[in-house]
This record gives sequence, C-alpha cells and structure tokens, in this order.
Amino acid sequence: MCTLGLFPPPPPRGQVTLYEHNNELVTGSGYESPPPDFRGQWINLPVLHLAKDPLKTPGRLDHGTRTAFIHHREQVWKRCINIWRDMGLFGVLNEIANSEEEVFEWVKTASSWALALCRWASSLHGSLFPHLSLRSEDLIAEFAQVTNWSSCCLRVFAWHPHTNKFAVALLDDSIRVYNANSTIVPSLKHRLQRNVAALAWKPLSASVLAVACQSCILIWTLDPTSLSTRKVWDISTEICVPLPWFRGGGVTNLLWSPDGSKVLATTPSAVFRVWEAQMWTCERWPTLSGRCQTGCWSPDGNRLLFTVLGEPLIYSLSFPERCGEGKGRVGGAKSATIVADLSETIIQTPDCEERLGGEAHSMVWDPSGERLAVLMKGNPQVQDGKSVILLFRTRNSPVFELLPCGIIQGEPGAQAQLISFHPSFNKGALLSVCWSTGRIAHIPLYFVNAQFPRFSPVLGRAKEPPAGGVGCMPDLPLFTETSSAPWDPLPGRSPAQPHSPHI
Amino acid sequence: MATAVSGPGAGSRDILWRVLGWRIVASIVWSVVLLPVCTTVFIIFSSIDLFHPIQWLSDSVNDLYSSYVIFYLLLLSVVVIIISVFNVEFYAVVPSIPCSRLALIGKILHPQQLMHSLVHATMGMVMAWCAAVMTKGQYSFLVVPCSSSESLDRPAAQTCLNEYHLFFLLAGAFMGYSYSLLYFINNMNYLQFPIIQQYKFLRFRRSLLLIVKHSCMESLFLVRNFCIVYYFLGKRFELIHDIEAVLMVQMRTFMKGDFQDASENDKNDGMCAHVFPVQLPFVEESDECLPKVLNSNPPLIIKFLALQDLMLLAQYSSSRRQEVFSLSQPGGHPHNWTAISRECLNLLNDMTQRLVLYQEAAATNGRVSSSYSMEPKKLDSPAKTPDGSSPFGTPFGSSVVKRVAGIFDGNTCYGLPQSPQLIRRAPRLWTSVSGQQMSEFSNPSPYTSFNNAEGKTVRQPSVIHSWIQHKREQIKNFLSKRVLIMYFFNKHPEASIQAVFSDAQMHIWALEGLSHLVAASFTEDSFGVVQTTLPAILNTLLTLQEAVDKYFKLPHASSKPPRISGSLVDTSYKTLRFAFRASLKTAIYRITTTFGEHLNAVQASAEHQKRLQQFLEFKE
Repeated sequence: MCTLGLFPPPPPRGQVTLYEHNNELVTGSGYESPPPDFRGQWINLPVLHLAKDPLKTPGRLDHGTRTAFIHHREQVWKRCINIWRDMGLFGVLNEIANSEEEVFEWVKTASSWALALCRWASSLHGSLFPHLSLRSEDLIAEFAQVTNWSSCCLRVFAWHPHTNKFAVALLDDSIRVYNANSTIVPSLKHRLQRNVAALAWKPLSASVLAVACQSCILIWTLDPTSLSTRKVWDISTEICVPLPWFRGGGVTNLLWSPDGSKVLATTPSAVFRVWEAQMWTCERWPTLSGRCQTGCWSPDGNRLLFTVLGEPLIYSLSFPERCGEGKGRVGGAKSATIVADLSETIIQTPDCEERLGGEAHSMVWDPSGERLAVLMKGNPQVQDGKSVILLFRTRNSPVFELLPCGIIQGEPGAQAQLISFHPSFNKGALLSVCWSTGRIAHIPLYFVNAQFPRFSPVLGRAKEPPAGGVGCMPDLPLFTETSSAPWDPLPGRSPAQPHSPHI
Repeated sequence: MATAVSGPGAGSRDILWRVLGWRIVASIVWSVVLLPVCTTVFIIFSSIDLFHPIQWLSDSVNDLYSSYVIFYLLLLSVVVIIISVFNVEFYAVVPSIPCSRLALIGKILHPQQLMHSLVHATMGMVMAWCAAVMTKGQYSFLVVPCSSSESLDRPAAQTCLNEYHLFFLLAGAFMGYSYSLLYFINNMNYLQFPIIQQYKFLRFRRSLLLIVKHSCMESLFLVRNFCIVYYFLGKRFELIHDIEAVLMVQMRTFMKGDFQDASENDKNDGMCAHVFPVQLPFVEESDECLPKVLNSNPPLIIKFLALQDLMLLAQYSSSRRQEVFSLSQPGGHPHNWTAISRECLNLLNDMTQRLVLYQEAAATNGRVSSSYSMEPKKLDSPAKTPDGSSPFGTPFGSSVVKRVAGIFDGNTCYGLPQSPQLIRRAPRLWTSVSGQQMSEFSNPSPYTSFNNAEGKTVRQPSVIHSWIQHKREQIKNFLSKRVLIMYFFNKHPEASIQAVFSDAQMHIWALEGLSHLVAASFTEDSFGVVQTTLPAILNTLLTLQEAVDKYFKLPHASSKPPRISGSLVDTSYKTLRFAFRASLKTAIYRITTTFGEHLNAVQASAEHQKRLQQFLEFKE
C-alpha cells in the first residue's frame, strides 16, 4: 500500500509546477516566465486566464413571454389548466386552495387537505433521502467533482475525446469552447442553460456537446468550421430506456470506462453500482462508511479506483472477466482492496515540516494508465486549507502498482478546482488544472507510453525541452521507480478486504 | 412478417420457422397462461362491492371455481390463439407508410386487412359475450323475460330483448374493429428493435405499467366513441332514464376493453420480448451461419436479426470476430469477411442510390432551377414531346427517374460527351463502375448490366413512351383541377421522407457492424483480410455521407415530426433518418480515429481524400 510518507516534499512556496520530465516535477516561478519558449513549442494549447470580474453571477432575467403581457385574471379553472401544464397536480391543488370565493368551499377544503398530504409525503421522502431537501444549487455543489462549485468561475471542464479542444462552463452559465487550432471561441448560451453541472462530448463525433443543466440536458451541435453555433436537439430517435434499479436515491455521477464496457453510477447513499453495457445488468457495492465520492477507470476498463466519503483511502476494484464473452455478467472481483492510504502525515522538508493528506475529492487517471492525479479536499491543517493535487505513478499490468510521484502546486493563493487529463496526448500525459484564479494550466508529463503506443508516436527523446527552468534535471534514466526510488517499491495488494459486493 | 412471407417461397418459411418457431410458440403459450390471471382480475373487479368486502371476495372466488368459467376460459384461449396467429402473420420489421390519403384508404381496404378487421370484430364480440356472461346479473342473457306492468295476468309468457346485453356485444364488435383499424393506421404491427439489450423479464416489467395505462386510455376512448355512435344510430338507450346503469355499463365495458386490450398487449409484448434477444449461430458449413444468411435472400425479419447479430458480434465478441477474420481452411480465402462486407456494402450502396434518386425527383418536382436537373432533359431531348414537360414531374416519378437515370448512366458508361458536372457526379452515384479495386466487393454486375440494358432498350420505344408520358401529364393536369381528388392524391412530404428511411434500421446495423469490424481489424486481423476491402468501404461510406448531406438539405428533411410521448404506439420509425445520419458519421469517425494517419495511404479519389482529411481533423 502506498502512503503519503513516501512522497517527495512539496515544492517551495511561490513556485509553480510546470511539467514533468525524467520522472521529476519541474517547477518555476510562474507559468509565463521561466523557460520562455517552452509552452509555445511543446503544446499548442490556448493558455487561459479568465478573470472572475466580468463573469458576474448570473443576474438572470426571465426571458419568458409572460412579462410582456398585461396580467389578466382568468377563471380559476382556466388557471388550473395552465398551471397543470406548468407544474402538474401540486400546482393545481395549490391554485385551488389559494383561490378566493371562486370554487365551492368543500373543493377548497379538499384540495388544501390533499396539498397537506402531498407536502407530508414529500417531507417523508425528503427525510429518507436528506439530499432531496437541498436547493438544486447546493445539491450540485455537494456532489460535483469541482471543489468549489458555487463560487468559482470555472465550473466544469471537458476535453474533447479526440482533439485539442475543450469546453469550459463558466460562472455566468455560458460555455466556451476553445480549440488549439483556431482562435475562434464559440460561446454557448441558452435560456434553459443554468447551473451547469456536467459537460460531455460525444465520442466519435466532432462537435456534439451534452450539457447537464438544472432542468434539462441540452445537446449542442457546434459547427466546427463556422462561427455560428446552433442548438439542435438531436438524440436521433428520442427513445429512452429506463434501467431498473432499487435504493440509493438518485445517481450523482456517471462514469464510463474508457473501453465503453462498463459504467460506474454513484448514489448519494452508501451504495454504488457498476453496470455492464451489453445486457445492462449491474453489481451493487454497498460501501462501508459513506457514499462513493469519486472514481476512475483504468484504460482497459478492468480496474476501478474509488474513494469513499469520510475515508482517506483509495480502493481498487478489479474486473478480471472480460465483458462480452460472459454475457450479462459484470464480472467484478469479490472484494475491493486498499491501494493507497492518504491519511495525514508529516513530511520533512529542508526548512520545516509539512503536513499532507486528507480525503480525496476527485481522482483522474490518464488514458495511458501511467499517471494518477488526486485532488484532495481542502483541509485547514494542510497547506493553509489549500486543496493539494497529488500525482501518482501507476502501472496496471501485469500487476497493479501505485507509486508516489509528486505534488502539483499552483500560484500562491490559487486553489485547485478541477483536474482532467487530455485524452490523447501522445508524449505522455497532459494534466489540465483549473485554478480558482480563473487560470487553466496545462501541465505536460513527459514519459514514454510503454503500453499504449499511439499511431503517431513522437519519440520524445529526440527533441527534449531545453533543460532550462529552475529545477535542475540530472540525466536520470526514465524508469527509476524500482531502482533508485527512496520509497518502498512494491505496494502490491494489501490483504485488507473490507467490502464485498451484493449482487 | 407479412412482407416476409409474401417474398420467397417455402424455403423462407422454413428458415423463418426454424429461427422464430419456438419464440412464436412460447409467446402464445405465455399469453394463454396469463389469461386466467386477467380473468380473475376481471371477475373480482366486475363484482366489486366495497361495503361487503368479505362477501364480495368469497363470491368472486366461488365464481372462479364454477365450471362455466372454465368453459369460457377455454373459449377465450381459442380467441387469444386466433389473435396471436393473426399478429404473428402481420408483424413487420419495416413499417408501411402510405404516402397519400388514397394509399391509406387502399391499405385499409386491402383484402388481407379487411379479413383482419372482420376477425377482430368477431373476436371482440365473442370476448364481450364471455365477459357479459361472466359478469352475471342483468347483462348475461340476450333474451330476458318481460314482466310488463300492464299484463300481470300472463306472468312468464313474454320475453324481450335485453338491450344491455346487446350493447355489450355491439361494443365488443366495435372495439375489435376499431382496434384493427388503429392497428394498421398507427403501424402497430411494426416491431421496433430495442436500442439496448436487456433481459426479457426486465423488459416485461418495465413495459407492464405502460401497457396497463395505454390500454385503459384506449378502451376509455373507444367506449366514449361507441356510446356516441350507439346514441346517434337511433337506439333509444335510456340514457336519461338511469344514468347509474349507464355508468355501470360503462365501467364494465371499460373493464372489458381493458381486459381485451391488455391481454392483446400482453401477448404483443410477449412476442416482442421473444423476438429480440437474438443469437444466430455462427456455425461453419451450415445454412444458418451468418454470411450465408446475409447473402441469401432471406425473409426481412431474418435479415434484420442477422444484421443485428452482426452488429453485436462486431461490438462485443472478440472470439466471433476472429471467425470473421479467419481464412477458409483449404485455399485460404477470407470467405466470411468477403461475404459479410459485400452484403453490407451492397446495402449501403442501395441506400446511396435511393437517396440520390429521391433527391433528384424532389429537385425536379420542386425547384427546377438546380443545375443538374436540367441535364437529363438535354440528354433526353430527341426523345421528347414538344411540350417540354420533364419526365420527372409525374407522380410516378421514381420509376421514370430510374429509367432516365439508366440512360444517363449508360451514357457515362459508354463515354459519350459529358458535362463536367456529370463527370464529377459519376463516381459519386455509381461507385460500382468507378474504381477497379472495389469492383469485387460492391457487386457491380447486376447493376451495371441492368443499366446498360436499359440504356439500349429505352431508346427504341421512346415514341410510345413519350406518348404515354404525354397522356399521363394530361390526365394529371385534368385531375389536379379537382380539389377533392387532389386531396386524396397529394403526397405528404413527411410521409414520403419517412418511407425512404423506413428500413434504415438495417442500414444502421450494417454501418455499425462494418465499422466495428474494421476498427477491430486494426489490432485483431492477423491475415490482413480487411485491408483489401478498406478502400471500397471508405469509398462507400464517404459517398453515402455525401448523399446524406445533400439529402438533408432538402426542405422537410431536417425537420422533426411531432412526437407523442409516453404512448405505447411506436413512432420511432418516424425519426429513423436522424439516427441513420448520426450512425453514419459515427461509423466514419470510428474508422478514422482507429486508423489515424494510416488512412492517407489508402487509395481514394481526391475528393474523398479531402473529406477523409476533414474527418481526421475532426472538422466534419
């Protein structure tokens, strides 16, 4: 098992992490200054710094046509029909109960009784699932993978699965799409697009973006060659198939495995499910002490790492059976193993002692399966309450290994909000971090992908970055973790087996 | 399945029975097994008495055990079996979409359909009779003894008609008939394949609530309609006299309607659930192995199932993919892959051709201004009457267009002088004749030979042909003045667009299967059998993409038809064209993202190279 005691000390204050090279995280004094030509030459990506000021919290106007008309008092039944369309039975009852002298007294009484019954039932429902009583903004903030959803200016970030393109949802409910190859930045706005909780690009397409909003899911089709953007509702045949499930009270997060064979569905209660995507059967995992906070899949979809709210541990769940051959089986292992312990520890730095650790907030695994980034929850004891990003080196086959790599640090005063890996960076991995200052920093991690050579492998050794910068880089061999690393090289599988699935 | 049956002969019956036989039998057995349950519910609810619950329940149980109920159950089973047989005969995987009102009327009056309606009306009546008798009380007999007040001296001599019973019977017949009408108008015989695979039980459980709701609504509407009809046909039903009785009758009729409808729907669902989870055996050297099934001309439903199976194996099963990529043992030919890819490409080429023809017909029907709608005229001009009406303008456009296209293609084949547009268009429309390396796979022989033959033969009878054309035009002009006739003849644009894509599910599966196989071949195809076909596949896909792009620029094509949500009546075929467009694009992207830069080494025309490059850069 990997613990934080093995981590190298965090970089000195005031330094920012720029990139990883030769197994070391290189820091500099700022994103722009140190190696001047570094960014421009190596990754051609838009460098973003979105200031918070112009993005005021949505001073939202109701764009409906209602305000344009003079208010006219209609008959109570007419009002009821209208409100039935808008709000359903609850609204009708409310309307009747509040009407004055227009309906029979007994109708009014009956509807107020029914209303009270409805309220009581819904409060009962709410007491079973306490999260339902939250406001929808709070609900999103509670379950989002962003550390500070309600007040930070970058809310959601999504890389396009195939190209150098990403979409960012901002505080003012607009979405901007940045493309490495063009300077055009489309901005998507819609009346229904409020409180964006998630963004997802359609795989195997250029420009279909799904946006999870407060009341609906908007599907945008961006024309990649033109400026104008059009909103098209295009779920071609518009059929939905609800999947059967019991318990849990909703789904907070859905995560597809990269090979598309499984889906992780977390719920607000202490249970999560793994569906297989052929016959759509699921395995239920009632976790021990809390809900599943975050999870990530290995590139081949055979291993799931997850964390549980309230526990400073990373669990691993393997799916040894290949999907598809055994029809209708998820094929998960019988138990999850602990692979890392993130509990608070003290690390000795040359100057002082640093505290490190806590609970994980979100976790991403790079598409080659060699780096794992963990965004920790803010902890007043650790780094003045800043959320820390831990970087691990991982290996998925033949045996799973998790080794510490380093700590990623941003500018002073900046809180990490969101982390995400570029889906097809062929020189290693590219971690994008959204900071609370409004900056989106791309941190390239250069290494040679041993397992997943892509079709256009750029041999990184040939044109290394200039070894400038602040961190001095001794010419180390690339794979040193088993020989020269100062920490225990083999975390292996811990015998702890706390969970078992209930299928 | 009606279409399937009418196609090839006994052989198709045979394979149909082998693949679907046990499913049909199982679904019928299930619906018969569920019958007692429905009957119990009906009996319990028909004698409902909330104030004496114990007596009510014990009475219903007594009723259930009595021998006459068993008899009616048997009778009802016969009814259910007859209806099941009808359903099985009428199920279709391709909806029939009438393009004009006349076609709709023709569809309803078709002898087969009339037979269906009559049998359903009869069955409805039988069911109503059973229900009426099982309810007991005042509804059970057609003839009741009259105890008229003025003739007290002759107590039991007179009998008269029981109108309640008659009402029941007529309502049953009416419901049966209107169910059958709606069945055809709403294409309720259309089998929609599920978008995801699921187990039967889950699917059944999911749709149970929907079925109950749908049949309640349907039967309520039918009862309302029947009451109106009954009232206006002059039967003096004592509506005002005892409203209470009417309510009772209504409720019971509703129950019965529910019963009938629910049992039918149950069966319907049973059937669906049995049809869908498909697993055609992929056995070598058997009549039922996938390549053979695909390449023979099986009934449509078998073809659908085979293509669905192809899609599933391409997506999920690596061991079966290995069989596709394997070589035949003596000889080392990739027969499996050749057969599968040829069939898929044929399907897709057919689609391209259909789209292009439709598009040309639409272009000439509507605005004649587009550039190449004039070209056929120019080419055709010696064989034309001086009135200069375009041959495309007839309502029977498609066949004529096909023929003219034949001429036109014949010309390109023979290397007659061509306009630049023609040259540009040729490889796009008829991929089979351009490009030598795909000739093996896109099966050029029947099509080109057909074209050439047409090109030669059409020339000679052109005078008669044009005279017929002329007459047709005249008749059409004459008729178009009459509003009523135009009302019946007018083509609904949306319907004709839907008709083009009515069997697009097949093409969607072909696209998915093919693209998954090609993508998997990047790592799994050890003999390189797919490589040889790759140019042909790319060519076909890109050509199709071009045709689809053009097609969606037509008016009406990209607007969505209104959708009734939450209804059991399946309308998914109305939006199949959008699904087709999306899956085509996804298929191309699947191939380009897998192969990446390697695709630059694939031979393709300059135009297609450009297009491919756009796909590689994600700019489509």
